[in-house]
Amino acid sequence: MSFLQLHGLTKKFADTTAVDNLSLDVAKGEFVSLLGPSGCGKTTTLQMIAGFVDVTAGSIILDGKDITFAKPNERGLGIVFQTYALFPHMTVEKNVAFGLEMRKLSGSDIARRVKDALAMAQLEKFAQRYPRELSGGQRQRVALARALVIQPPVLLLDEPLSNLDANLREEMQFELRRIQQQAGTTTIMVTHDQAEALSVSDRVVVMREGKVIQIDEPYVMYENPATPFISRFVGKTNTFAVTLTTTEQGRQFDLDGHRITLTNESAIAPNTGTCEALMSVRPEKIEIGRQGQGRFAGSVKNSFFLGNLWMYEVQTAFGLLIVSVINNHQQVYKIGENVSLDWHENALKVLAAEPAGDL
Amino acid sequence: MTHPDPGVAPARKRRLSFLGAMPLTLLFIGLLIVPLVLTIVLSFRPYDYDLGVQAGWTLEQYIEIFTSNYTLTVFWRTLWISGLVTIICVLIGVPESYILSRMKAPWNSVFLLVILSPLLISLVVRAFGWSMLLNPMSPIGKLTQMMGLGSLLYTSSAVVIGLVHVMLPFMIIPVWTSLNKIDPQTIKAAYSLNASKWQTIKRVILPQATPGILSGSLIVFGLSTSAFAIPVLLGGGRSRMVSNSIYEQFMVDLNWPMGAALAILLLVMNLIIMMSYNQILERSYKRSLG
Repeated sequence: MSFLQLHGLTKKFADTTAVDNLSLDVAKGEFVSLLGPSGCGKTTTLQMIAGFVDVTAGSIILDGKDITFAKPNERGLGIVFQTYALFPHMTVEKNVAFGLEMRKLSGSDIARRVKDALAMAQLEKFAQRYPRELSGGQRQRVALARALVIQPPVLLLDEPLSNLDANLREEMQFELRRIQQQAGTTTIMVTHDQAEALSVSDRVVVMREGKVIQIDEPYVMYENPATPFISRFVGKTNTFAVTLTTTEQGRQFDLDGHRITLTNESAIAPNTGTCEALMSVRPEKIEIGRQGQGRFAGSVKNSFFLGNLWMYEVQTAFGLLIVSVINNHQQVYKIGENVSLDWHENALKVLAAEPAGDL
Repeated sequence: MTHPDPGVAPARKRRLSFLGAMPLTLLFIGLLIVPLVLTIVLSFRPYDYDLGVQAGWTLEQYIEIFTSNYTLTVFWRTLWISGLVTIICVLIGVPESYILSRMKAPWNSVFLLVILSPLLISLVVRAFGWSMLLNPMSPIGKLTQMMGLGSLLYTSSAVVIGLVHVMLPFMIIPVWTSLNKIDPQTIKAAYSLNASKWQTIKRVILPQATPGILSGSLIVFGLSTSAFAIPVLLGGGRSRMVSNSIYEQFMVDLNWPMGAALAILLLVMNLIIMMSYNQILERSYKRSLG
């Protein structure tokens, strides 16, 4: 029995459907991310769980209790807002204590729990500071401590890292996960950053235009995206159209003069016979080598050094492919150099039988 | 954009900024500092009813003010009327600004206009409006007489009512501005932390609006202490304030040094009250709200 259940949750604004029949079961202690481009309904979903947006249809059940129509201040959920929404006129300590004071705890209880929460967020030194005297990362931790100190059944995170710069964001991803695991709180995070969703979540829910497209563990989602949209949105990928035929050896297609047979790993090719299909192969799964080493010939159009990776754009007979190579004393290729590409057949995924389909 | 040679730039820049500051500095000196100094000097000049202002120095005016019951009463009345007007403006203006800030377009602009529209009408016209409303023959006048309050016109109550009406926009605008600056997410955050609506207003919204209430109070208090037309038209002879006495000294008694001394004392009183008020309240909000 899951801890938080969303049943057919729907939100209609005047003439648009922001969230369309969304169902999701979240287990206790689980970290689930709602991932999607802006306007996909992920924030509206979070707002409905928080109680700030009315539900048009469907229900929200928390720990067996229907809270669909409960007021926000009766739900007792912990929320970290995108702008952190710290109370500017209160010190860090007072901000964290606010929720406990509203619950009418005794002074000594409040003091003890605030102290624990500040310790967990590593904020002891800043207890007497005001929010405007803190850095972005520190504010973020205060917001997290304030939301967690009330020991909420569910923690809601609304784009919690989007206001931080890139380095800090990465650091805070792990920090967030550490604190969440330490507190063991069921967490739902809204984000448009796929890297963030993949790195911290137990499961990722990809949404588009108000609908759920795929719910999976991050690794499964990355390896087996359900649609071309997800394959591009979650991580980078190369796609190219082929004509699939069915032979005795299995499903096959011709590419650049080579006959390639799909393996079971390549996901299901929907129909038998001959059909058009869109194939996908991730940049890190392509092996780049000297001319003649691999099956497919190409030339380097551009190269980008990313520190841990080299990223090459390679022109081939079937399109421009992105290839990434770990910066581990591997051969470095120059722009204009002729190279060869190859991959293990398991790296190939069939995205759609019809290349035009884009969901 | 390219920067000029750094060696030459600072001197030239300084000269330019000096030139740029000149017009306003001259205006400030000519229209504020010079008259103020002249008034201070004038307040220490001896005065003779037959010969007018004399050369020399005296404390006569100040001694007379501090020993005259009448002038002290006028000062005290100015003080409590202004204080009361400020308090009433806070009590009416803050909820009004809160309601205004919660209104949605287009009603917020419509009602802001309604609140500001009295400023477009002459002060004298508004004062006459109130004297028509409050005089014994009017419905309100009859009602207050029935309630045993007598006619309000030409009493301190009428002055307070008139001043509150005039000053309210000066309270609402700064409070409304600071309410609008509040991040609406902080209100949601308070709700998410189990705060009731009232607790949210008291603990989250009002404290953040304090800088606005503070500046509104200073404006209202300052303008009220120097109010002139309202006390004359609604207070009659019985509820005069310091400005009226100053006017009388200058224009009726022609005792300019006395008028100057009254003006200087009003200024000093205002400065002391406003600065200490500012000190007390601003100190506690400087760090958190900047």
